[in-house]
Amino acid sequence: MPETVRDLTATPGQTIGPFFHYALPFDLDRELVPIGSPGSVRLHGRVYDGAGQPVPDALLEIRQADGSGDVPRVEGSLRRPGGDFTGWGRSSTDRTGRYWFSTVEPAPTGEGAAAFFTVTVFARGLLNRLFTRIYLPGDDAVLAADRLLAGLDDERRHSMVAEREPDGSLRFDVHLQGDRETVFLRYPGHEG
Amino acid sequence: MDTQESVSKEIADIHAGASGETQPRVDFPPYRSSILRHPTKDLRHADPEGAELVAPVFGHSDVDPLEADLTIQAGGEPIGERMRLRGRLLDGDGRPVRRQLVEIWQANAAGRYVHKRDQHPAPVDPNFTGVGRCLTDDDGTYEFVTIKPGPYPWRNHHNAWRPAHIHFSLFGTDFTQRMITQMYFPSDPLFALDPIYQSITDQRARDRLVATYDHDLSEHEWLMGYRWDIVLTGAHATQMEAEDDDA
Ligand SMILES: [Fe+2]
Repeated sequence: MPETVRDLTATPGQTIGPFFHYALPFDLDRELVPIGSPGSVRLHGRVYDGAGQPVPDALLEIRQADGSGDVPRVEGSLRRPGGDFTGWGRSSTDRTGRYWFSTVEPAPTGEGAAAFFTVTVFARGLLNRLFTRIYLPGDDAVLAADRLLAGLDDERRHSMVAEREPDGSLRFDVHLQGDRETVFLRYPGHEG
Repeated sequence: MDTQESVSKEIADIHAGASGETQPRVDFPPYRSSILRHPTKDLRHADPEGAELVAPVFGHSDVDPLEADLTIQAGGEPIGERMRLRGRLLDGDGRPVRRQLVEIWQANAAGRYVHKRDQHPAPVDPNFTGVGRCLTDDDGTYEFVTIKPGPYPWRNHHNAWRPAHIHFSLFGTDFTQRMITQMYFPSDPLFALDPIYQSITDQRARDRLVATYDHDLSEHEWLMGYRWDIVLTGAHATQMEAEDDDA
């Protein structure tokens, strides 16, 4: 058997730095489903810093349930052989701070639960990853009953819900800092 | 531009008021790029649910075993110290994270990245891209063969140099365990001067990012061996499947 590991304190994170673009992006990384395919939706937005400037060197990942509320556990999340929906995607931001995904709207994973995308954010200048959720707009009663949202004031609650654009897409901006700072999450067992 | 002396003084002042933290501070002004890029409000507690409890799944269809050898990707031998890097990926309960994706990227032996924004006037090595991937095995072990990266200058302050490092991107069994970090090499004289490394205010926590030289991993007349184990935060989802074959 392998040697015992004495120390089970979590390894510290560090910034993704400026040079990840030739390493982490992959073909079709932000296309969980083909663009424009039936049932697809465009999830998009921009990442801003505390001065309101776009962040051109951020990376977002989303993790989500499918349209029936099942969280996929299918192998092949980088190559998606056979076109399986894997429920995970990765988008770097462009020079204007913009990210986008082509995906499906997740259904709730439980009775009466609110549907959301889980998001992790990395950026040059950001020393550790951040988590947030992007809730789907629409069902106000369900959103009001969500445990996380219920604990927030109106403005911050509103900021966690994607905006439905006239073209049907979902818009969600990430503000790393400032008056409109995104609600970032700490899960049990996370420090800092 | 600020001097190293003034940046080092800022670091020392912050460290003097800190103790026992295990993760970097996201609010760490000596790293100038962090100033406008960290949240100032408290993180909000959330109990993970749904997709948060399930990491994406990767497999042999995603990763070619040859991607774990960064010395064979471009047709010729890259220049530098050839090295093997091996370690285990564990969750916060000490369970191996099996068959999970590990991604790395790094500078070449001269401290230069194959990246269009890297302006450091050091040579690009035509035989080295500095990108690798592998899957952990059933014991949670990952392994790469690569070239030891060089330190490189950056513009945080005057005469600023990053200690040599390899960037790591890691997944656990829960999506909440997702993390990205940097692995360093033993006894680097740049440690004390580097605001990214020193954003972790506790020495024991900083040490967790430093690989150890492991002579048993070295190979006669061929390469040097390093070991670096990684511990993720605890998994929240029940791990019945994983427990089954743990015995
Ligand atoms: Fe780097």
